Amino acid sequence: MLDFPRWKVLTIIIVSFLGILMAMPNFLTDNQIDDLPGFLPSSRVTLGLDLQGGAHFLLEVDTNETIAKMLLDKGQRIRDDLRDDSIRHRYRIISQGLLVTLTNPEDRENALQVIRESIVKVGASLTDVGTEDIIIEDGEGAIINISLSDAAVIEKKAQSVQQSIEVLRRRIDEDGTKELTIQQNGEDRILLQIPGIESTEEVKAKINTAAAMNFHLTNTSVSQDDILRGRMPPRTTVYPSIEKDEAGNPVFQLAIRDEVMVSGEDLVNAMPERDQDNGSAVGITFNSKGGKQFADATRANVGKPFAIILDGEIISAPRINTPILGGSAIITGSFTVQETNDLSLLLRAGALPAPLRIVEERTVGPDLGADSVAAGQIAAVIGLLAVMVFITLSYGFFGFIANFALGINILMIFGVLSLFGATLTLPGIAGIVLTVGMAVDANVLIFERIREEMRRGKKVLASIDVGYSRAIGTIFDANVTTLIAALILFQFGSGPVKGFAVTLAAGIITSVFTAVSLSRLIIVTWARKKRPATLKL
Amino acid sequence: MLLKLVPEGTNVPFVNARKLAYVLSALMILGSIGIYFSKGLNFGIDFKGGFLIEAHTEQTANLAELRELTGDLGLGDVALQTFGDDNQVLIRIEFQEDKSLDEVVTLVQKTLENSYSDEVSFQRTEAVGPKVSGELIQSGIMSVLLAVGAVLFYIWIRFEWQFGLGAVIALVHDVILTIGMFSITQLEFNLSIIAAILTIVGYSLNDTVVVYDRIRENLGKYRKKEMPDLINYSLNETLARTVMTSVTTLLALGALFYFGGEVIHGFTAAMIWGVFVGTYSSIFIASPVLLWFELRREPEDKNNNAKNSVPEQFR
Repeated sequence: MLDFPRWKVLTIIIVSFLGILMAMPNFLTDNQIDDLPGFLPSSRVTLGLDLQGGAHFLLEVDTNETIAKMLLDKGQRIRDDLRDDSIRHRYRIISQGLLVTLTNPEDRENALQVIRESIVKVGASLTDVGTEDIIIEDGEGAIINISLSDAAVIEKKAQSVQQSIEVLRRRIDEDGTKELTIQQNGEDRILLQIPGIESTEEVKAKINTAAAMNFHLTNTSVSQDDILRGRMPPRTTVYPSIEKDEAGNPVFQLAIRDEVMVSGEDLVNAMPERDQDNGSAVGITFNSKGGKQFADATRANVGKPFAIILDGEIISAPRINTPILGGSAIITGSFTVQETNDLSLLLRAGALPAPLRIVEERTVGPDLGADSVAAGQIAAVIGLLAVMVFITLSYGFFGFIANFALGINILMIFGVLSLFGATLTLPGIAGIVLTVGMAVDANVLIFERIREEMRRGKKVLASIDVGYSRAIGTIFDANVTTLIAALILFQFGSGPVKGFAVTLAAGIITSVFTAVSLSRLIIVTWARKKRPATLKL
Repeated sequence: MLLKLVPEGTNVPFVNARKLAYVLSALMILGSIGIYFSKGLNFGIDFKGGFLIEAHTEQTANLAELRELTGDLGLGDVALQTFGDDNQVLIRIEFQEDKSLDEVVTLVQKTLENSYSDEVSFQRTEAVGPKVSGELIQSGIMSVLLAVGAVLFYIWIRFEWQFGLGAVIALVHDVILTIGMFSITQLEFNLSIIAAILTIVGYSLNDTVVVYDRIRENLGKYRKKEMPDLINYSLNETLARTVMTSVTTLLALGALFYFGGEVIHGFTAAMIWGVFVGTYSSIFIASPVLLWFELRREPEDKNNNAKNSVPEQFR
């Protein structure tokens, strides 16, 4: 076993060389990397949020709310249609559908007819996700059960998570320059990671704002007195103004018709602008559908007030002086410049389809991150030196070779991490330091075995040969078990812990390689050349 | 002259001391379980839910003032503790039913920024809701169980079922003692401790597998040797390696413990403890318990003239 076939020697050298080459960018500055020729690797290990500072959020999309909102909206239409046909009933929203209870069971056939037509009228389906998503349960008596199919509910929920991700991305990283991570996590969660931000307040505001904006007509038949007494005609709701007095109460309340005049979904652009009095305002542009609706509605309602409602509050309630036909308009209100900037961004990004709840938040300041990097580096260097000194004291020349292999090993860990674009976290650094301690294990196993064989009276070369071949099986079994633990950790862990698992796994693989191939190649080459009669080991 | 921590040709009667080791381990396990049930674990917010805010003040932190300011916010018990330096304070708050996570964080940070008598900055904020922490506990327990199961399976495939069982007994031993250590010291038990426990599992196994490998090899070599002697002989043969690897690992961990910063203190403490426990268990538990099970002798290894290579004292 002392001969190394040439292809094996070449492979070992090439693999070691590639590993080191891939680690190199981590030790260069940005400028040096830019100057590298294109065929050389340039990707580096990414630092985790705990090392470079940043914010990590886990958001839960309230998908039930999406379904409930949809049922409320579409159910309202069914209810209105039944009322128009004077079919007396009560209705209630249940978890996945609507329950209509007729006052007179003999209305049943009639009611079913109306409901079917109503569903067709709102676009053949409740959810717009497919045709067979609605189930009207057959049966008799006063109760009509209209429910969404499971498939429709699942599809709609998935859609709202995807939509939320898109909206968030546009809100937080409109020009796509930040290195943020935003991805679905489980069924209804979103993982959002933003490196390097100092304050999370702005981000949180963007997460917590739904930014659903609609244009409604005001119901002028309702007096302020009616509002105070809560006497509301059908299809009318009271909304407060967004402007608050000193006590935090809305400055005014208005009775607003439920019917949407133009939906915010039909906006194509929103920009901060100035109104005639040079006040801050937001200019909006509709798409052709929205523009037409807006033109029709303003033409038909000249002289009447309408309201712009954002997330359940009235931004402004202007009077329609002349029909607005150009497809664009200006929203005025009591805005500051910053508010018009924020509002424009939110409107451009679109509304969140469902409320988001922050279920986990972790932020690390950049200073702490830098401290952690420094501490990790010091610990790594000291640990490495201590281990190297100890190994040299214990194994002399062989220890020196083991230390060389250990150095290559560490470079290769960085090479592997860079290759896979892995993230280095603080526990990840701990993983590397730990690997330093454990990596020499493979060499220790081999050296101790060689010692044993020599003690049994074997010749030097034979001892080296047997030492390696016997130890390899043990090394394999011993490291596979640790690798299993690392893989499970990777699967179940999150964030920093995952980073630890990655470095541990990479360290195990590279340490086995350097011990059984690289150090072996060096020792065997040395032994064949020198043919030592005795070995200082 | 080379350093040899373990002299050549040792013959320490590890296996003879097994009864003592079993009693000792049984006591430690019972103690760990007892302490766990009386004192519990000091769960970090990863597993308990709640808030942790690391505040950094310019001057030495005035804990009394901070306590008063945070206590007045109606957030229940607020625990304060300096962390590392005198001007770094960890603020821990329990999960608040009636407020969203970000509301509480903003409330605390704004209050301190506006009302505390010194400049305050915030280096670290962690807020975990109860649903997420529940899931983290579940996946933590799952991952440890899965690791133990996967390892049992691997060793069963590679060795014999007796070895797998022995290794798992040692692993459960190590995990229980580690949890016991956290219960006694009341060090914070968080996600990174789960990582530490899994690494201990890996390390302890690494040790155990090396010894088992030698026992298996010797089973083929010395067919006449009594089982306790054979196990003892194997333990002594691998002793130098066991000690060497423990020392190098401890050197690396020691550097991490002293220089690696406060954030990973608990993690390295767990690992250091784990190296001791794992080394102890692979010598005194994992190997002797093999005597409980009938080990099958493998066919004779023809390449070894076994009798001649047995040292004097084992003939």
